[in-house]
Amino acid sequence: MAIDAATVRKVARLARIAEPEDRLEPLAKELTGIINWIEQLNEVNTDGVEPMTSAVAVALPLREDVVTEGGDASVILANAPKTVDGFFVVPKVVE
Amino acid sequence: MSNLTSLTLKAALEGLEAKSFSSEELTQAHVEAVAAAKPLNAFVLETPEKAAEMAKAADARRAKGEAGPLDGVPLGIKDLFCTKGVRSTACSKILGNFIPPYESTVTANLWRDGAVMLGKLNMDEFAMGSSNETSAFGPVVNPWREAGGNTKLTPGGSSGGSAAAVAADLCLGATATDTGGSIRQPAAFTGTVGIKPTYGRCSRWGVVAFASSLDQAGPVAKTVEDAAILLKSMSGHDPKDSTSLDIAVPDYPSFLGKSVKGLRIGIPKEYRVDGMPAEIEKLWEQGIAWLKEAGCEIVEVSLPHTKYALPAYYIVAPAEASSNLARYDGMRYGLRVDGANLTEVYEKTRAEGFGTEVKRRILIGTYVLSAGYYDAYYLKALKVRRRIADDFDQAFEKVDALLTPTAPSAAFALGENADDPVAMYLNDIFTVTVNLAGLPGMSIPAGVDAKGLPLGLQLIGRALDEGTLFSLGGALEKAADFKAKPAKWW
Repeated sequence: MAIDAATVRKVARLARIAEPEDRLEPLAKELTGIINWIEQLNEVNTDGVEPMTSAVAVALPLREDVVTEGGDASVILANAPKTVDGFFVVPKVVE
Repeated sequence: MSNLTSLTLKAALEGLEAKSFSSEELTQAHVEAVAAAKPLNAFVLETPEKAAEMAKAADARRAKGEAGPLDGVPLGIKDLFCTKGVRSTACSKILGNFIPPYESTVTANLWRDGAVMLGKLNMDEFAMGSSNETSAFGPVVNPWREAGGNTKLTPGGSSGGSAAAVAADLCLGATATDTGGSIRQPAAFTGTVGIKPTYGRCSRWGVVAFASSLDQAGPVAKTVEDAAILLKSMSGHDPKDSTSLDIAVPDYPSFLGKSVKGLRIGIPKEYRVDGMPAEIEKLWEQGIAWLKEAGCEIVEVSLPHTKYALPAYYIVAPAEASSNLARYDGMRYGLRVDGANLTEVYEKTRAEGFGTEVKRRILIGTYVLSAGYYDAYYLKALKVRRRIADDFDQAFEKVDALLTPTAPSAAFALGENADDPVAMYLNDIFTVTVNLAGLPGMSIPAGVDAKGLPLGLQLIGRALDEGTLFSLGGALEKAADFKAKPAKWW
């Protein structure tokens, strides 16, 4: 299947990655190459095969729903690009 | 004291115990070797002061008779592992100057056992690559060169820094991670030993996530025994990783030297791929002969879905990566590029912070997970993954382990495969099946090609059966008697 520039623009938007217009065509070509190569999977008969989601079959463990760590905002904020008064500062979300 | 860097980890531990030298001396020798090896670009951050401090503490513990199993041994840490108070970037610009306020479980286990940190090792950005060329810090250069040549070769990837540092005697061992072959292929390209254990043996907590159902940590080491010593410390149950296995870790070093007589070794016929260099074919035959001489029984087996492993991987891994890497939004840590509104900040930050290959994989992952394509690609790949795992289950009814080449070529020149993503992906053709099935796999240096470059053989074991791999790996190592070292040019 061929991926066109419009699809790349849409996917880049979904992935929140700015791709300049002049990159869309080359990316479409690259992604088409990869997807065409991937499509050989259609040769495999997978009727009745359960999808494999985990390499080792183990039940997911449960734990008590209690706080194990935390209580120090300064640690959480230490790597933030911008903070004020113990809060993350983000661009305006609601106009 | 310059010969201290040529010791194996095991010999260094014996020397420390015999008081032949101190950890301070051993560590200092390695700090100097690291500082003198800048042309290799193996380290992205050196921590000599921390190393000296840790070495001093190790000597004090040993003097009191409280030495741990790795006490005083200097190691390199792949930059994918978060280290408390020490910059950890996954070699991506988007993590900027991220300084973790926590320690990964694997490295915490190593420090618990007394190991000393020399610094952080270069790697492909977010572990996405097979040549170390996607690193934001530039590629690592393989300490090996073709005989008589000076072309810069790749050390493989993504754990290229780990493999190069061990091969060049900059550290006694290194941590690494393997999502599709990122421990084993660099080990093969550098004449070192690398093992990816069973999925769940090593905790993923504090290891920057790439593809969570495939990522697994393991060591790169100078010998099979060193790898066993390191893996024993790195492994173990961790409640902070829900996929970490709550199963006792065997005493891996005790499997070294155990007889391999009567073990049945499978040779998967599908691994004889077109275009494989004759030298690799020959080395494989040699490996078969060595194991026969050691008393193993050789059995041809079939893994019919082998050729579908790479395409399945290139759906599953990018899909998981696109989801995992959604966290890099420029708000809580790392790079932020300003924009007119929130969406623009996200888009610009991620455009500038991620490198070309990472973006490519995020786009593939987003595409295969997007509405209308989920069943056709992602679900299909998960079903093929099951068939690949079933192939191994059937093979392991007849055999105890498999023997294959590790990689389809020796180390290639930097820049050689840079223009064709699919050609680069083919590097992982023999290793990626093991990640999809969650099995342990080990690469052992077994010989050199006509140009004098190292080649590796891979052993694949049953889930949780790393022990048998250490026995077989030890037997292969002994038979191969691989003593070649890269001539120092850096």
